[in-house]
Amino acid sequence: MSSPMISLKSLTSTTTMNQLLATAKSGACASSSCGSPAKPEDVDSATWEKIKDHPCYSEEAHHYFARMHVAVAPACNIQCNYCNRKYDCANESRPGVVSERLTPDQALRKVIAVANEVPQLSVLGIAGPGDGCYDWKKTKATFERVASEIPDIKLCLSTNGLALPDHVDELADMNVDHVTITINMVDPEIGAKIYPWIFHDHRRFTGLEAAKILHERQMLGLEMLTARGILTKINSVMIPGVNDEHLVEVNKWVKERGAFLHNVMPLISDPVHGTYYGLTGQRGPRAVELKTLQDRLDGGARLMRHCRQCRADAVGLLGEDRGQEFTLDRIPGEVRYDASKRETYREVVARERGDHVTAKSEAIGMVKAAGSSGLLLVAVATKGGGRINEHFGHAKEFQVYEASAIGINLVGHRKVEQYCRGGWGEESTLDDVIAALEGIDILLCAKIGDCPKDQLTEAGVRVTDDYGYDYIETAVSALYAAEFGLEPLAATA
Amino acid sequence: MAFRIIASQCTQCGACEFECPSGAIKFKGEAYVIDPEKCTECKGEFELQQCASVCPVPKTCIPA
Ligand code: SF4
Ligand code: SF4
Ligand code: SF4
Repeated sequence: MSSPMISLKSLTSTTTMNQLLATAKSGACASSSCGSPAKPEDVDSATWEKIKDHPCYSEEAHHYFARMHVAVAPACNIQCNYCNRKYDCANESRPGVVSERLTPDQALRKVIAVANEVPQLSVLGIAGPGDGCYDWKKTKATFERVASEIPDIKLCLSTNGLALPDHVDELADMNVDHVTITINMVDPEIGAKIYPWIFHDHRRFTGLEAAKILHERQMLGLEMLTARGILTKINSVMIPGVNDEHLVEVNKWVKERGAFLHNVMPLISDPVHGTYYGLTGQRGPRAVELKTLQDRLDGGARLMRHCRQCRADAVGLLGEDRGQEFTLDRIPGEVRYDASKRETYREVVARERGDHVTAKSEAIGMVKAAGSSGLLLVAVATKGGGRINEHFGHAKEFQVYEASAIGINLVGHRKVEQYCRGGWGEESTLDDVIAALEGIDILLCAKIGDCPKDQLTEAGVRVTDDYGYDYIETAVSALYAAEFGLEPLAATA
Repeated sequence: MAFRIIASQCTQCGACEFECPSGAIKFKGEAYVIDPEKCTECKGEFELQQCASVCPVPKTCIPA
């Protein structure tokens, strides 16, 4: 399966139509798997149609497709202790942070500019700061304008749920088929520790009363969405000592009400952000604590493990943010949508994807069949396409895969400082990378220099570029076989 | 009687603008401002001033 592949770089960098076509041809499917059932066996086909191009709803899709957020709805109707709407900063990457707010018309211009340049674009989201359901007029105007120009783009909305029940019918009419509700509690006692106040029905509520109203509206909104077949993702912020244990209960409630995905995200509480939690010293969870909780939730609502807690104006594949390339001042006053790049990219992906699915299922089948009780955590440097195709020194994050008797699964990611900036690495950065890799058995990348490699080895982190450009699962299964003394997968392809 | 906005505190979220029952709040130039001629302090409409109740920053919509 490690036969000639389409270089993702040529697909994702901004290229001309001809180049894209040439790449598509040269990469003609190596295996005979094109058109084979390319969907994970755990969802029905109608659902798969909805999620197959959505990087957040499908882990598989997140290798190929990109999202963009537009910040058009800054008004909010609740106050959360992890949010401070007074400040934002261009160097930060976290939800709620943006460098420019847009009017619906500016948003339309920006979406068209991105669609013309970033062929992977498949999803437009409105995700704060503020609440899109509360600041509804701007949300609605933006969705309507974009949908009439780019009919196949998926529309996605994030909300705290308070005003959600008021707009579910309009959402359904506009074909918004992905909604994220942030639900941090189902017990108002706990809610009162997270939300100082809400604004509802023309007045401010505080304390238990506020949390109770919010809880009821969230459950109602979720049920209404489920009844209309709109897929929901529940985001929960894990706040150690406040709701960490409680999220097990939250998971049960949302599953019962039809939530499609549950995404548990770590609290970000740096004091410099000036949030209540930041200022009171409430800590966020460590990567291992988050993973332990997620492991406990497995078996409840399907878990999202590849969330990056993107800035609210992020653009690009999930691990990257090209937002700075598309600020308003870089976008011409008039833009016309040109569908050609996106269409070509989709054709190429459809083929590459068929190949990947086959490689992946073989690799996973082998690991499962091995019947070993061994567990392997592998960190991977990738820039998309499901391959190990990023240099160690260029990686800003590593995706973490777990191989065990239940298969090979993406279980998270670890953010790191880029080691190699302008030609040489820095010692202190390497120390941070090593710290970020806590618990990881092996690191895979497309290429790594001898010097960082030796130092990593010395620090006890095994690293190899032997599998450069292979599919991730293929490499992981080979490692798993080697590690637990099994027969490796016979070379196919 | 009227309310006013302390511009240096304002996050420019615009929530007060669409909650104001009197159409007294507008974005002018660089900031949200309340037109004292139009502001009724929400009397006859709501128990508490809408702009102050929705504003995320304490002491930002205050009596003029
Ligand atoms: S914050 Fe998470 S769910 Fe939202 S776009 Fe980023 S990865 Fe997807
Ligand atoms: S007090 Fe009421 S009427 Fe006056 S500006 Fe505020 S919301 Fe409008
Ligand atoms: S609600 Fe407060 S922060 Fe928002 S625009 Fe009005 S005055 Fe500014």
